[in-house]
Amino acid sequence: MILIELFWAFFKIGLFTIGGGYASLPLIENEIVDVQAWITLQEYTDVVTISQITPGPIAINSATFVGTKVAGFAGAVSATIGVVTPSIIIALLLARMYYKYRNVDTLQGVLAGLRPAVVALIGAAGASLFVAALFQTDGVQVAGVTVNLVAIVLVIIAFTALRKYKVDSILVIFLSGLVAVVLSFIGIL
Amino acid sequence: MKEEDKKLATCLTLIKSTFVLSAFTIGGGYVIVPLMQKKFVEELGWIDSEEMLDLVALGQSMPGALAVNTSILIGYRVAGVAGALITLLGTITPPLIFITIISYFYMSFRDNPIVDALMLGMQVGVVAVILNVIFNMVKDLLKRKDPVVVIILIGAFVAGFIFDVNVIVIILVAGMLGFINNRRKGGA
Repeated sequence: MILIELFWAFFKIGLFTIGGGYASLPLIENEIVDVQAWITLQEYTDVVTISQITPGPIAINSATFVGTKVAGFAGAVSATIGVVTPSIIIALLLARMYYKYRNVDTLQGVLAGLRPAVVALIGAAGASLFVAALFQTDGVQVAGVTVNLVAIVLVIIAFTALRKYKVDSILVIFLSGLVAVVLSFIGIL
Repeated sequence: MKEEDKKLATCLTLIKSTFVLSAFTIGGGYVIVPLMQKKFVEELGWIDSEEMLDLVALGQSMPGALAVNTSILIGYRVAGVAGALITLLGTITPPLIFITIISYFYMSFRDNPIVDALMLGMQVGVVAVILNVIFNMVKDLLKRKDPVVVIILIGAFVAGFIFDVNVIVIILVAGMLGFINNRRKGGA
């Protein structure tokens, strides 16, 4: 039955997606384009593009897209549940272990090493986004590179709003998007 | 009865928060972490900052999407297995809705200049949010005055941002350094 096939294919994808994001792309492509032939390579490329401009992890987005195409809404739900099931099982086991052993000295040491690494990885993700937003095609030439000055000014204003005036972060993200749309209408962005 | 009301209120806050956070997670899994930090650590005060980082590290070390894994772990921490299922639901619903709608007319969506501007603007907002949270997190970490923490912080950033080293490798090395550092301090 197709719903079970969808569930199982995406269960495997969920189980073997380690290291996140782009590391999982070849795996997903192999399973749903090459092995199952549920969508074409062109369609898969479009899913990746959509994923970049919409919220949500690529694995979830692929599951929804492929599920809808193969078996409608029930297919989307089945594939999505499949892709997250390994996460639920493993996360619950890990969480129990963590709360049981977190005060053990050895684990404390390992966790103390992991914390700065996690902060650094979040910082690296932010830096990549910053670079992507800054070096958009339209902008001012500075030392031979095209820099989007409007984006820089927006970042500074948004940062000040968050830090000094404690504006809610979701509101800041939403307003930044709105300001950008207005600026693009006026022709500044 | 009162206890039940409290549980219900907690669950409602969990699903509402994760739904909104997930809907604004643009630009990859790590983006949801600063948003969660802001919501669950700074605003609600349900989880402390160190524990949050531990949960993200766990979420990163296991298979599956980081945003999904971390949501489940936070849900479990706040309200047990039911909490885990609730946060999972909150996190996967926005992408499910967006993709289902967009898959019908994505070509026109993709090449629309208004969508382009909106996404660029929101990306800029996300950058500011990440900067703000990183600022607070680094400040917290530096309070320990541990040189190994500073080395891991800088090393992991350079490895991740400049050299694109796989996150699993970064996590493994950082955990090992933490372990050795702990032994060294314990022996001294």
